Amino acid sequence: MQSHRWKTLNHPTSSKFFGTKIKVTGDFLFKNLVAIVAASALVILFITAYVLSTGSAPVVERFGSGFFFGTAWNPVEGREIFGAFPYVLGTLVTSGIALFIGVPLSLGIAIFLVEMAPKALRVPVGYLVELLAAVPSVIYGLWGLFVFRFWLLNYVEIPISTYFGWIPIFSGTPFGLDLFTAGCILAIMIIPTVASISKEVISAVPNSIREGAYSIGATKWEVIRHWVLSYGRSGIFGAVILGLGRAVGETMAVAMLIGNATGPAAMPTSLFKPGQTMASLIANGFLEATSKLEVSAYVGVGLILLLLSLMINVGAHFLVTRIFKVKGGIVE
Amino acid sequence: MIDKSFGDPNLKMQSINLSAWFGSKQVLKDINLNVKANAVTAIIGPSGCGKSTFIRCLNRMHELVPTAKMSGEVLLDNENIYDKAVDPVMVRRRVGMVFQKPNPFPTMSIYDNVAAGLKLIGAKKGKNLDEIVKRSLEHATLWEEVKDDLKKPGTSISGGQQQRLCIARAIALQPEVILMDEPCSALDPIATAKIERLVVELKRDYTVVIVTHNMQQASRVSDYTAFLYLGSLVEFGATRDIFENPKNPLTEKYITGEFG
Repeated sequence: MQSHRWKTLNHPTSSKFFGTKIKVTGDFLFKNLVAIVAASALVILFITAYVLSTGSAPVVERFGSGFFFGTAWNPVEGREIFGAFPYVLGTLVTSGIALFIGVPLSLGIAIFLVEMAPKALRVPVGYLVELLAAVPSVIYGLWGLFVFRFWLLNYVEIPISTYFGWIPIFSGTPFGLDLFTAGCILAIMIIPTVASISKEVISAVPNSIREGAYSIGATKWEVIRHWVLSYGRSGIFGAVILGLGRAVGETMAVAMLIGNATGPAAMPTSLFKPGQTMASLIANGFLEATSKLEVSAYVGVGLILLLLSLMINVGAHFLVTRIFKVKGGIVE
Repeated sequence: MIDKSFGDPNLKMQSINLSAWFGSKQVLKDINLNVKANAVTAIIGPSGCGKSTFIRCLNRMHELVPTAKMSGEVLLDNENIYDKAVDPVMVRRRVGMVFQKPNPFPTMSIYDNVAAGLKLIGAKKGKNLDEIVKRSLEHATLWEEVKDDLKKPGTSISGGQQQRLCIARAIALQPEVILMDEPCSALDPIATAKIERLVVELKRDYTVVIVTHNMQQASRVSDYTAFLYLGSLVEFGATRDIFENPKNPLTEKYITGEFG
């Protein structure tokens, strides 16, 4: 009844002052414009995937699975051979180092900020940590190239190589531009992502759980370890996956620090030798590619990288949606 | 029972000039209160009168709030629990707590909810632990309802059952005192009746301090009642005296429902 009355009241007014036809057309235009804008995100993704697939078709047709599993990389015309395997492994190894070093640091930051820091520190320090994400990656690369790699070389790599050089992954003579340095710079670069999301996850743990744990005689460390981290584990895992996504795709800083090996020499057999990730390979080599097949090889590496990133992000999305569930007071 | 060389053997806890603050706001003013052993002491008073803060001072939970401060002493068996040498973790093992909203640990099974406190002090899995868990759940009158679901999450049972699980969790550590902060306020009448019956039973083995905004509940379950108003202790005495012969006109007004 109410709506009927409104209709009869409104209809004459709107047509009288604005004209029914114009109003409908305006709504229609706006609705479709927004739909197109929204669809463009999807279209861009599909175009990217399509271009990478067709672009890499020549190299995949020529080498088949050898393109993924091969280790040789020779662009000389007539003797061309392309294998992406060392760079796939290089990406996984540097990202692995980044998580190994970056995740404990990030969790430490998050735990300190939520559970221990006085209020006066919590907000500014949390903000500064997030600011780390605003530093352009080429700046990390420059700093890494001129400052950080010498610290690592003198205080970490040389001591480890002297005492543990007999372990294969630490073999070789370190000189600072290698998988380890690239992994360390990535560790620093994922801290803002992992720390700030973990901070949100830990803040979302209800206080009643901490109180329950304290009331049965848990120490602060036990409360954090057995209750807070356990309650937030799926959210923290999502944060780690997002950090991994950033580490896998990071290009500039890695390209400047990883030493740019190609071919079988790029196989990550030791952390202290030059390597290559998929992203750094493309950044370093793409402009100089001459033959059609060589261009196709770089595009093919790009396709592998895109698929890996998509897999990680879909995984992260699946897990991060669980954070919101935790926020609503439901766990898993 | 209690060592007779210490003062009054029937006195389990004592607050002496206990004051508490949140930031600059004083919420407790010089509370002097004696808690008798193996009895139920009820703390009543209108919302915001400091009841919850008071019992949270009895097991050093108050200090977990960042801006919280306190002064005065709280004696447990004639020992000041706020002494520098006393570890708050040890205090909380001796003085257990049940909260307003049931808060079983959602990431743990029913079994682990009860066993968690014992595992913290090094209890290993086995028959002995199984036995303690069973006894604690029996004591909290929950065993029959959950004995087949011990592996299910602590949050999978009803609210009233969750609250009894929290009581079992506190009992498992064999504390000397159990503090209850409005344990029935989130529960329906049937679940409330079960908890009340349990409270009366618990005093055989433990000393109970219960905060409640429900005066009927205080009169049903407690032996002693303290009336707090605006952070001060207005009146304290045997429950019957407080409800039948209140000495302070303010107490009388409150229990007759003139304000609250």
